Amino acid sequence: MSTPIDVATAVKVAAPKAAADPKDEITLIANKWKNKRGSLIMALHDLQSRVGYVPRESAMRLGREMGVPLARIYEVVTFYNYFKLEAPGKYVISVCLGTACHIKGSADLLAGIEKELNVHEGQSTPDKEYHLQAVRCLGCCGLAPLVSVNGKVYAKLKTNDSHHVIERIQIDKPMADADHESLAE
Amino acid sequence: MKPEELEVKAAAELAKQQAFDVRLFTCSSRGCQSSEALGVITGLKAELKAKQLESRVQVNGSGCMGLCSKGPLVRMASKTQKDILFSEIKPEMAGMIVDQVVVPVLEGKKIEKPGGDLERHTLDLSDPFFAMQVYSVLENNGKMDPEKLDDYIARDGYKALRKALTMSAEEICKEMLASGLRGRGGAGFPTGLKWDLTRKVQSEVKYIICNGDEGDPGAFMDGSVLEGDPHAVIEGMLIAARAMNATNGVFYIRAEYPLAVERVEKALRQARAAGLIGKNVLNSGWAFDFEIRLGAGAFVCGEETALIASIEGKRGTPRPRPPFPAVKGLWDQPSCINNVETLANVPSILLKGAQWFASRGTEKSKGTKLFALTGKSKNNGLVEVPMGMTLRDVIEKIGGGTDSGLKIKAIQTGGPSGGMIPEHQFDTPVSYENLQQLGSMMGSGGMIVIDEHDSVVELAQFYLDFCVDESCGKCAPCRIGGTQMLHLLNKIVDGKGTAEDIKTIRKVAKAMQKASLCALGQTAPNPTLSAIRHFEHEFTERLLPVATTKA
Repeated sequence: MSTPIDVATAVKVAAPKAAADPKDEITLIANKWKNKRGSLIMALHDLQSRVGYVPRESAMRLGREMGVPLARIYEVVTFYNYFKLEAPGKYVISVCLGTACHIKGSADLLAGIEKELNVHEGQSTPDKEYHLQAVRCLGCCGLAPLVSVNGKVYAKLKTNDSHHVIERIQIDKPMADADHESLAE
Repeated sequence: MKPEELEVKAAAELAKQQAFDVRLFTCSSRGCQSSEALGVITGLKAELKAKQLESRVQVNGSGCMGLCSKGPLVRMASKTQKDILFSEIKPEMAGMIVDQVVVPVLEGKKIEKPGGDLERHTLDLSDPFFAMQVYSVLENNGKMDPEKLDDYIARDGYKALRKALTMSAEEICKEMLASGLRGRGGAGFPTGLKWDLTRKVQSEVKYIICNGDEGDPGAFMDGSVLEGDPHAVIEGMLIAARAMNATNGVFYIRAEYPLAVERVEKALRQARAAGLIGKNVLNSGWAFDFEIRLGAGAFVCGEETALIASIEGKRGTPRPRPPFPAVKGLWDQPSCINNVETLANVPSILLKGAQWFASRGTEKSKGTKLFALTGKSKNNGLVEVPMGMTLRDVIEKIGGGTDSGLKIKAIQTGGPSGGMIPEHQFDTPVSYENLQQLGSMMGSGGMIVIDEHDSVVELAQFYLDFCVDESCGKCAPCRIGGTQMLHLLNKIVDGKGTAEDIKTIRKVAKAMQKASLCALGQTAPNPTLSAIRHFEHEFTERLLPVATTKA
């Protein structure tokens, strides 16, 4: 097994300042966390917040650089609902299925959006524009039922008006996590 | 920072605040932010700047003011008159507030109730929703900016820590025990006792962990506290650390609460810069610091041993206890895990005394409790009530009944681990014991109101489906029992069930309760069992007609 330090150093030498290079970001993430005990989940959060999911090649590289076997990474990634293994669409539509939303008919809302986008929950549209997912409670229960699109919340929705919801998203085009925390400490 | 400097800082901040004639607080919590609360803040600032009133009127963010369904809320506090609370304010209404209310108040006029368009955007503070609540944990919400350390210090912040630094660990534990504070995560274990058990274990390294993995769908109390008053939780943890000689603090917060994470991060940075945490806490020579770990969407991680596994970067599966975390917890070191709301209660107990805290509540359940009142309730939001208040008062007076005018059928407390309480039992006072006796539990504080049109069978199915989905799969009773029970329940919902199925559900439930490894499996049958217990007819109505069954 290659030692993590060697790979990290090699990458640094190869691409010292290319901050936009996703490979380099993995090194930064690994360097940020590898000396902190039990920080694999935190490193994966950093990775997913940048790429939108946990690509296999990135997981392999991250594992090598942090000294964590790939099997352990997959063990963790597949256990926690938050981590995605496939690239989601550009606009991730999260329909809240928490209890408060459930009582107010979020299942109908979800079904309507599924019909509107012609995809099932957990799928992306063929053009990779939208990804539809059901989530457990976003904690805005006072505003039920609601969906969140890349973090922007659409609240107090009518459950029979999915068409309007999609229209609003098309107009707003909310972008995902614009301001990342800097990885370099 | 030296301890005396706290007072200097507090006095300076108070003087600064008093220089303003009017202070505006806009809820900047997650819910209201989603309704453009930040735009409201920007709008108010711009209006005041244009009128050159910035030196007389202060604009602040604030923690949750409770009535989330009517957000964004804006509170106006003035030296010369009663507070006004505005509701459902849009950014474009900022000018209206400044022109029609703020300016006249600055000119010395008294405004009881704003007229015109603002009339229907003004809440009556004498309404039971506000008047019947007792604020203790939420005391600072709506009155200070959670992102400003000095605001917290001016409201007696970190004073309790200063006191704790002069007390012995044993004394702090005794005070907590005397207060009767019990774990607000739901199980209700006496906090003082938990601390004392951890205190008695000798170890070089000890952890105090804040459980902010509020996974119960339909509950948002802990997230709101972290967002609205992060310093109070930090101070509570520092005091807990002193009480058990802990050496490290860990925040475990669910990743679905990015704002809570951001606020805690910011508060920790501020506290570190001010010398309230770090290498030399309040110049006492004591070193203590925190780190933050995020959850990743697993309900089971609210269970303490699973939470520890998750902090260690592993799959969040529970393990058998004993050994309890107090003996062998995070990285095999003694650890104490407390819920957010529990910790937020700690500073005021130490400052105002155990007797003050114990003066509220019932014989065995003291203090106040936060509830996330949602579902068909007319008033939706975060409420704080003294223990001992009847459920009816909470639901019908504070909650205002249903918004549709339909009759309330029941409430569900304790989320997927709790149970349904039918309307005819609403005269029960809120306490850990009472709710348990009714077949539910206190839980972390989700309170879902359902009306006569809602099906309890389907609600039970919803919760069981949730638990099956969230089961970690480690132990068979939970993994297999839950799935089998859900099969039977689905059958009943589809109208294909038989009376035998209800009997089998009861049997499976018993096995799960007795044999599951952790509370998730042990309590997963509760919503279904309580639904059968109180509303059996709703189940039997859906069964196959007897003749068909025989054929």
